[in-house]
Amino acid sequence: MDMQNLSANAPLVVAADVRKHFGSLEVLKGINVSVPKGEVLCIIGPSGSGKSTFLRCINQLERIDGGAIWVGGELVGFRRDGNNLYELDDAQIARQRRSIGMVFQRFNLFPHLTVTENIIEGPVQVLRENKAEAKDRAHALLERVGLIDKRDVYPVHLSGGQQQRVAIARALAMRPQLLLFDEPTSALDPELVGEVLNVMRDLAHSGMTMIVVTHELGFAREVSHRTAFMDQGQLVEIGDSRSVLASPQQARTREFISAVHK
Amino acid sequence: MTDTVYQISHLTLVPKRHYGRMIAAVLVLTVLAIVIHAFAVGQIEWNYVAEFLTVPVIMKGLVNTIVMAILAMVVGIVLGIVFAIMRLSDNPVLSMTALGYVWLFRAIPALLQLLLWFNLALVFPTIGIPGLFSVNTVDVMTPFVAALLGLGIQQGAFTAEVVRAGLLSVDRGQYEAAQTIGMTRLQMLRRIVMPQAMRVIVPPVGNEFIGMVKLTSLASVIQYAEILHSAQNIYYANSRVIELLIVAAIWYLVVVTILSLIQGRIEKYFSKGVVAAGNTK
Repeated sequence: MDMQNLSANAPLVVAADVRKHFGSLEVLKGINVSVPKGEVLCIIGPSGSGKSTFLRCINQLERIDGGAIWVGGELVGFRRDGNNLYELDDAQIARQRRSIGMVFQRFNLFPHLTVTENIIEGPVQVLRENKAEAKDRAHALLERVGLIDKRDVYPVHLSGGQQQRVAIARALAMRPQLLLFDEPTSALDPELVGEVLNVMRDLAHSGMTMIVVTHELGFAREVSHRTAFMDQGQLVEIGDSRSVLASPQQARTREFISAVHK
Repeated sequence: MTDTVYQISHLTLVPKRHYGRMIAAVLVLTVLAIVIHAFAVGQIEWNYVAEFLTVPVIMKGLVNTIVMAILAMVVGIVLGIVFAIMRLSDNPVLSMTALGYVWLFRAIPALLQLLLWFNLALVFPTIGIPGLFSVNTVDVMTPFVAALLGLGIQQGAFTAEVVRAGLLSVDRGQYEAAQTIGMTRLQMLRRIVMPQAMRVIVPPVGNEFIGMVKLTSLASVIQYAEILHSAQNIYYANSRVIELLIVAAIWYLVVVTILSLIQGRIEKYFSKGVVAAGNTK
């Protein structure tokens, strides 16, 4: 990582004119945003607005068709040499993804592994950590998300909220410098949303840099530093969470927020 | 409403009569009795069946059958996994190669493939790397090698399709979760995708293994001494054709029955984390 070369308040994530299309459908029409280290940024917007796609571009689950993204000062997906850009190969992309954690809407825990095995899979297989140490750290992370008593069960025995907390622990086990959340509470029963948001709030307070695609406007208002509103592939408005949510400047943002609050 | 109308505990329950089952049972038993009687009075010397069931030549044939079935299946599974992964690769050359392999070796009958391998010397009298080494094809292409190549390679074409179906059955989200923890493509396949695909792959592969045990009988035509070939060799000498065919049939039944039991065990192992919760999703 080139982290040493970055000054303390340099942005951790920079997106410059990011474009993406699926066939003839333009999903991202030039996104510009920069996220300083330690910031929690919430992205809100109607479904189909491109917010999940943008998140997936950051850790290369989608390839961008134009523009560029930097994470930790490193160009995502390419290596620059003089005036040439070289596409990274499979192993180099995998290395870049290590430092970016991701939490999915549908949890995506590995069903054939127990909770502890899910968490140590990355550290042991990818980071080549010692298995016993990885287990100790996994159990510490499970304490943190309140699931230490579930350490040896298979994911199928867990509620949605518990699965999502394990998924967060799994992402944290890689010691990421950035965490991406793709609608982490949208697949949960209403009474389970709170336990996941509590873990995320705790993470935010610990100084983790987070980009959160969400419909939870309350979480955005209380926890995130800034909130961005996306619509039809464009970043319509971005600013301090309280002011964007309380007094949006753009008509489209106002419409969306009042529709959600109905 | 009076209370007595709703009292039924003093009544006697008369179970439903399953007349259909009774009639079916009678019919089946009758047919069975006729068949058994026919074989009992037919011209089969059952004492010869008993006598030849465990003679050394038959035992050796049985071992050769089992060895060939296992080795050909190993070749088939290895090729199947390799070509299934190639087929799903982004690399168009690899993917088209895999497609061509499956197309070719699935289309040509197994018996014909065995004969082609066995007669390879007619096309290439010697094989080897020019300038390094060279051997006479006849010396290398023994009945064993020809049978192994013929059966293993055609099995690989079928297994590739089974493995591909298994890989496609694993949820997209599993691939993505593996990628986001920094796994390379191979790590993802080995650690996350294959173990889950196995649940879908094992039942049909078990089925094909059973098919392979029987398919090895084709190798008798190229003089591989599997059980059918051994049985034939004996009846060429003593003319007890049916008795020796029954001996071979009994051994196929035994082997396939054992394999079916093992298959059940393996299926149970690979359903970890799924059946454990009592649902069959």
